[in-house]
Amino acid sequence: MSRPVDNHLRPDAAQVPRLLALVGGSGLDAHFSRWGPVPGGGRALIAEVERSGLRGRGGAAFPTAVKMRSVLGRRQAVVVANGAEREPVSAKDKAVLTYAPHLVLDGVSMAAEAVGASEAVVCIDRSATEALSAVSRALTERSRAGADVVPIRIETTPSAYVTGEESALVHWLNGGPAKPTFVPPRPFEKGVRGRPTLVNNVETLAHLALVGRFGADWFRAVGCDAEPGTTLVTVNGAVTRPGVVEVPRGASLGSVVDRAAPAGPPQAVLVGGYSGTWVPYQPAAGVGLDSVSLGRLQASLGCASLTVLGPDSCGLAETAVAVRWMAAQSAGQCGPCVHGLPALADAFAGVVSGDRRGSALRRVNQLLPVITGRGACHHPDGVTRMVRSAMTVFASDIDNHRRQGPCRVRHGLLPAAPGAPSWR
Amino acid sequence: MRKHLAVNPIACDAHGICAELLPELIRLDEWGYPVIEPAPLPPHLEPLARRAVSACPTLALVLRDLPG
Repeated sequence: MSRPVDNHLRPDAAQVPRLLALVGGSGLDAHFSRWGPVPGGGRALIAEVERSGLRGRGGAAFPTAVKMRSVLGRRQAVVVANGAEREPVSAKDKAVLTYAPHLVLDGVSMAAEAVGASEAVVCIDRSATEALSAVSRALTERSRAGADVVPIRIETTPSAYVTGEESALVHWLNGGPAKPTFVPPRPFEKGVRGRPTLVNNVETLAHLALVGRFGADWFRAVGCDAEPGTTLVTVNGAVTRPGVVEVPRGASLGSVVDRAAPAGPPQAVLVGGYSGTWVPYQPAAGVGLDSVSLGRLQASLGCASLTVLGPDSCGLAETAVAVRWMAAQSAGQCGPCVHGLPALADAFAGVVSGDRRGSALRRVNQLLPVITGRGACHHPDGVTRMVRSAMTVFASDIDNHRRQGPCRVRHGLLPAAPGAPSWR
Repeated sequence: MRKHLAVNPIACDAHGICAELLPELIRLDEWGYPVIEPAPLPPHLEPLARRAVSACPTLALVLRDLPG
């Protein structure tokens, strides 16, 4: 972009954290004196975002510029900031909303201006009370200061796992239940009130706010070539300092886990939450947190959560808990998900409780291909991916359970909060 | 243009008529929901496929153009 950036405001590009850098106060004044005002970039921002290589931080890692281009057209678009985070082991969206609300809102404002949108909605999970109050406070300040070119409003989304799925979010904003719809049409074609709708993860928008200010080269100064920039990672499980950290994309998994101080030598890590992938701690500790490196372990970063399985836990038992929870989170719309996930949860529980004749394991193997790829959304696919990875990573545990029955190790690593999902 | 059969899994109620009309490409899973051959529709089966599409009571079965 040709627009100059005040050099005295441009932070050292190598400095991490970026999004979670302390700005000396939570208000709009502190924010603007740290980062500078919202620059008016217009459509040129899209080219800059393209050069930056920014990819979506919601889980799919889709190129953000491509998404922005897809809503350009004659009809005025709607921008939706997706903060409907309901992954039980991820907290990074809540963190960026709580600690850097103005950066997210800058991103919303800049994306809206770039694609010519006339309205923007920030969707936040209704149980995320701290994030909600931080963003509400920030919006009040901004409207007083006239900081945004389009009206931005908050919507508090129902607490169900699939709410954050794009089509479900749009369906809900249009007055329906927060359940996925059959696509196409996708939200960029026909979204909120039938208008082209740009749905971006809230962390993605915070990065975009910095790309718009300091440019693509600044953004690319950390991270890896294919996936530049920093990324927010939620680390939890068997660690003594769980939380959200910001690291360069491609930082080694082990270095991030170490910062959270593991309670004992980790066995394995669940990467990307309940629709993610188990990886054995060795060799995964030396692998970079980016798609290419994780791809070699048949894993992907997803929502960038790392849940550490300690030496005293049973990966199979934890997986069984997660599958059961995910089955209960089905939107109840597609047969293979409605019937398949509870059947898979039953079969997997059978594997855990001692499967002497191997019939439960055979049932799991029979169900996986029947469930995969047959829903309107990828909810069932996420579950089968996690189960497949568990069967590889914990293969020797499966043998032990088969020969000796259930193990006596501690359970309760993965949260399985009771209660039915809500859809409105 | 090449076509393929797809099912809208939200609309599908497992009536199973499609599998009766087009067993060459559609089988039913253990709960009665169709599992469709993902390959492009062979041209000689297109008339049968169209019949299955129009016979679906919930309009869940669709014939789509394959991209490219």
